[in-house]
Amino acid sequence: MTSLSPALLFIIAGCLLPLIPASTRRYVALLVPVIGIALLLLTPHGSYGQVSIFGLELTTYRLDKLAFVWALIFHIAAFIGALYAFHLKDTVQQVAALLYQGAAIGAVLAGDMITLFVWWELTAIASVFLIWARRTERAYRVGMRYLMIQIGSGVILLTGVLMHLHDTGSIAFDNLGLTSVATLLIFISFGIKCAFPFLHNWLQDSYPEATVTGTVILSAFTTKLAVYALARGYAGTEILIWIGAAMTAFPIFFAVIENDLRRVLAYSLNNQLGFMVVGVGIGTEMALNGTAAHAFSHILYKALLFMAMGAVLYRVKTIKASELGGLYKSMPWTTFFCIIGSLSISAFPLFSGFISKSMILTAVAVEHHTVVWLILLMASAGVMDHSGIKIPFFAFFAHDSGKRCEEAPLNMLWAMGIAAFLCIAIGVYPDALYAIMPYPVDYAPYTTAHVITQLQLLMFSALAFTVLFLTGLYPPEIKSVNLDTDWLYRKAAVKIIAPVSTAVASTQAMLFTGLATLTQRSLSKIDQLVGPQAWLTRSVDSTGMVGLITATLLVFLMFYLW
Amino acid sequence: MIYQLPAIVLLLTLLAAPICSMIRNGDIAWKLAVIAAWLSVAASMALMHQVWGGNEISYHMGGWPPPWGIEVRIDELSALVLILVTLFGSLVITVLRESLRTAMRSHRHSLYYTTFLLCMASLIGITITGDAFNVFVFLEISSLSTYALIARGRDRRALTAAFRYLIMGTIGATFILIAIGFMYMVTGTLNMADLAVRLPEHADNRVVQASFAFFIVGIALKIAIFPLHYWLPNAYTYAPKATTAFLAATATKVSLYVMIRFIFDVYGVEFSFKQMHIDALLLPLSVAGIFIASLIAVFQSDVKRLLAWSSVAQLGYMSLGIAMVNVAGLTATVTHMFNHAMIKAGLFLCLAAMIYRLNSSHIKDLAGIGRSMPLTTGAFAVLGAGLVGIPLTAGFVSKWYLINAALENGWVILAVMLIISSLMAVAYIGKIIDVAYFKPAPAQHKDVKEVATSILIPCWIFALLTIYFGIDTRLTAGVAGRVAETLLGVGL
Repeated sequence: MTSLSPALLFIIAGCLLPLIPASTRRYVALLVPVIGIALLLLTPHGSYGQVSIFGLELTTYRLDKLAFVWALIFHIAAFIGALYAFHLKDTVQQVAALLYQGAAIGAVLAGDMITLFVWWELTAIASVFLIWARRTERAYRVGMRYLMIQIGSGVILLTGVLMHLHDTGSIAFDNLGLTSVATLLIFISFGIKCAFPFLHNWLQDSYPEATVTGTVILSAFTTKLAVYALARGYAGTEILIWIGAAMTAFPIFFAVIENDLRRVLAYSLNNQLGFMVVGVGIGTEMALNGTAAHAFSHILYKALLFMAMGAVLYRVKTIKASELGGLYKSMPWTTFFCIIGSLSISAFPLFSGFISKSMILTAVAVEHHTVVWLILLMASAGVMDHSGIKIPFFAFFAHDSGKRCEEAPLNMLWAMGIAAFLCIAIGVYPDALYAIMPYPVDYAPYTTAHVITQLQLLMFSALAFTVLFLTGLYPPEIKSVNLDTDWLYRKAAVKIIAPVSTAVASTQAMLFTGLATLTQRSLSKIDQLVGPQAWLTRSVDSTGMVGLITATLLVFLMFYLW
Repeated sequence: MIYQLPAIVLLLTLLAAPICSMIRNGDIAWKLAVIAAWLSVAASMALMHQVWGGNEISYHMGGWPPPWGIEVRIDELSALVLILVTLFGSLVITVLRESLRTAMRSHRHSLYYTTFLLCMASLIGITITGDAFNVFVFLEISSLSTYALIARGRDRRALTAAFRYLIMGTIGATFILIAIGFMYMVTGTLNMADLAVRLPEHADNRVVQASFAFFIVGIALKIAIFPLHYWLPNAYTYAPKATTAFLAATATKVSLYVMIRFIFDVYGVEFSFKQMHIDALLLPLSVAGIFIASLIAVFQSDVKRLLAWSSVAQLGYMSLGIAMVNVAGLTATVTHMFNHAMIKAGLFLCLAAMIYRLNSSHIKDLAGIGRSMPLTTGAFAVLGAGLVGIPLTAGFVSKWYLINAALENGWVILAVMLIISSLMAVAYIGKIIDVAYFKPAPAQHKDVKEVATSILIPCWIFALLTIYFGIDTRLTAGVAGRVAETLLGVGL
């Protein structure tokens, strides 16, 4: 009984949910993670659920120390998500959330790559409904793009796994290393879900478009599943260090200029993932511990921040920084919890981010990756700037927007409260978290040097923000929405290399219009070819068909008799 | 009794047909047809039980020993096809009464059941006979009854569609007859096992080679292998609703069975592949068929026609499996033959239920049907997932073997193309699912209600079977694997 996979519990509950009375559904959604945690704790580490399909031995349920960390935090996130969505009466979202959470847990507990692939695809399919559930035309299109990319990732994974099977005859999901085309494909598939640079756009594109509760749930699972997969398969792969460093650095600029606060958080999510990816790339025991710990605390404070912003969106109906401000009078509790989240993500001592991020930084320093260490340090300052200060400041303080609303619903406050409590608890008593790490932890976060360095960093970046803001140099809350990659060509580079940048921009524009026209033309061409009225599709009359058959026969006879 | 089973499985439906035609009361005729059909399912299951593990049954009709008398031969492959025909046919005939109620005046019903049973009986006959000429005779019976079935469609265009199918089917059958005639000319025998023994010594004979060409073109026409598929979309589109489900499941699959039987058993692997290079012809045609038909399906606006084009594409997968000439490929063909029959029959049946309420199969009219007919649309979605080949559905199993077969031959590009073609299936099925669940229902369909339970149950049986065979593959891939080894002569 104890070897029942919690993932199956989620899936079964999700499938049965529409059948039970509407009023009890939300209680079930709340109860399932609790039972799941109980199952998880009662199960001794080991492999279960061996199945043989097509002559392959699958291990559908493998619980070891690494998997346990992720499975546990996924359960906690599922519980908080369910509590946050407690007021909701949308069956589609409730079912999708359960299936999505179950799939993510299943993937973490997968002992082989075929099982991993099955859950991998299910996370993609189930999660898109959390975006579509917003039921706007825009959300629909965003969801379609999201689904394409996620399914694409799964397809690449399957191709890689099949090739790996042919190369080595094994589907075991253990350390793979970048050794062949097959493992490269698997690596790319993980990278898409992990939002590697240039593969990251789906994240900022889709998360801000999901429902209030959907974003909270989405932010916890997909990317962290990818980090787990990388930690399992590619620990110690050197290139990950550089990929991760790039991931921590580049989103800062976008986060600073972005107006949609949930999109700011999406960029900062990308930046936080970078820290974990660096940890995986280093691959030492301490680095992997740091990655696991950071994933754990990150899920909590990121969910907390998304919940706070979700509550604002829920009450004020907008999340544009330019239209917000002064909300602390109406939503004191939300403000309070949001600040705790901000302190955690900025890694203030006594908050959860501090005890996990410093572990990764120390692991980097121990391995003497000085450049990477400096990038990470700069990125930490950036985090403080855009997530630590910008989010609460523009939403709740800054200039008073004059908007007055009610405090967030009680269930949302409770959900935020629990997350905030855990953030502080981990920060104050890190040993509890260190006890469940994959490797024995020999690390003390609260040394004088650590604390002083971190405080200096934070204070100076706060100072920088204050100075910039007071002198009006800080990018103001701009009403425009479409600040994207092209901003770099158009604004920043203009002053330095104006002519080149204009040329680039216009070429790019020409290219894009050209491509758009081309696509339009070829689409209509295809429609002419194969659409309902086209010649390929049109019913051929009997004479034509007989002619075709005779021709085919002649071809065959000639092929054989000459 | 057990010994006579091979004859009984055929006679049940063959004898029930004329009796049905004599009963004027449609209800009684339907009951008789249903009983006969389901008894034949039981008989097929019993036969499968007897041949399980690789046994063969040889039954001599009238006690005349072959090669003079007519022999009935049943191995695992024919037993699997038998189950396919009888089980899916019986499921369709069970809903036929409800479906005919609005479509036809009641005194005609019994004649319709007669035609249906005849069609089923002839397909069973093709599957079990060990005599080449019998194959032709039963093919003709099945064709004639199919024309009648299609022509009963309410749309006037059904008549043209049936007529075109008649012309095509007759030419196909004639080609097959010519092929059999050539073989008889050279060897002097019609028994398939006997032919298999005698043909190799005439392998260089031009007549035998010509017979092979005639046979391949004739049977490819019947299977609707690209580019000989032009009769299929119209025939499926204009046939009466539930009948399409039966035709899509059985007719083309049985023709495919005949093709496998002749290529591998009668002409032999050596002759078909080493000397005649049938794989070199089938491979490009299959790939072209998969892509062109999938692309056309994506752009269709009538769901029935969309599914029909998807059938052409899926048949491409099956012929592709043969063209791979390895065990995994042939396994994929046989597995997909069964799985696709089940999935497509289920999809057409669900669609029939929707048309029953909406009186249209245009994609626009399906808007919002996910809310007004949740159970039917749910089954449709599950079956659609099966067609795409999502893991844990039957469709995944066959595609898995197909991709494996491509990799086994070292054709990585082909494997990638197969994956891309699956994405095209996502596109055309996704189009329907999207409209059904996410678009508001048009005003005239606001008060559409769920169909009767008697139609819903078979729909969901198909849907649940799709999931079941995605998990337990002993009957499908298990049998197919053994069959493939025997046919290719690997396991011997």
